[in-house]
Amino acid sequence: MAKGRVEIATEFCKSCEYCVISCPKNCLAVGEKVNSKGYPYVVSANPDDCIGCAMCAQMCPESAIEVWRG
Amino acid sequence: MEKVYTKTQGIFQDVVSGFCPGCMHGTAHKLVGEVVEELGMLDKLVRVEGVGCCGLGQSYVSHDVIIAAHGRACAVATGVKRCSPDSLVYTYQGDGDLASIGLDETVSAANRGENFTVIFINNGIYGMTGGQMAPTTLVGMKATTAPFGRNPKEHGYPMHVCELLSQLTAPQFIVRTAVDTPQNVIKTRKYIKQAFQNQIDGKGFSLVEIVTTCPTNWGYSAKDSLTFLREKMFAEFPLGVYRDKDKEEA
Repeated sequence: MAKGRVEIATEFCKSCEYCVISCPKNCLAVGEKVNSKGYPYVVSANPDDCIGCAMCAQMCPESAIEVWRG
Repeated sequence: MEKVYTKTQGIFQDVVSGFCPGCMHGTAHKLVGEVVEELGMLDKLVRVEGVGCCGLGQSYVSHDVIIAAHGRACAVATGVKRCSPDSLVYTYQGDGDLASIGLDETVSAANRGENFTVIFINNGIYGMTGGQMAPTTLVGMKATTAPFGRNPKEHGYPMHVCELLSQLTAPQFIVRTAVDTPQNVIKTRKYIKQAFQNQIDGKGFSLVEIVTTCPTNWGYSAKDSLTFLREKMFAEFPLGVYRDKDKEEA
């Protein structure tokens, strides 16, 4: 059971990957689908490893990530 | 599960910013929003912004905005704060605005110890106008107006705003920080909060310089621009607190 969960607002993602490199558990990855602006958005690739530390959300310049913990 | 991180009310919930991928203007905007939301003063917040990429913030932030003439944000903010002392006033300026055309206004406002907060975004280049050389461009760094790199004999050396302003007597709080790692983001939020708290307490001029990336005009991907930021920009612009009168008096 994962300790945390992230929800990514895909339309806001610009694929800068700051969240991907700042995740201590390597949960996030750039997905294959693109949003309406043409950016391949980030998805939660290993959701079971998420600890809800919110480091990805701290780094996201677009505030596209919401984090739950518990 | 409990929600631990959500978008701040200081920016519009349904607007996608106009910034490039990897631009740290977005991070700076949300930090200001989070801090002022925490202080409970979003309805009294007035933003005075310069010209440049920071001007894209006018349709991104949910509080009041005045767009000053190029470089004159500190002069306009002086007027706003003196006429409306209850408002929480901050200027949001880039390096081309604050350190180039607006250097006089910045130094004068700091010298008078005006009671407002300055958020200064330093990415070492003019962003919106197409990558021209700024006062803070590094020696040897290429720009569209310096295609062979900045030559000190011709163009002078990068300008250090924090060091310059910390020579004055009046400023209360001057700090240079960055938002390249989650740790630095948390640190920067603390500094921005202190800068706004100084204003609420009537202590005077506070400036938070944030050294950021400009992936588009530096010509790197967002990830590679972080390497350049850490290796080159931090060597020229060392992070740290340059003036904190609270600590000096203690």
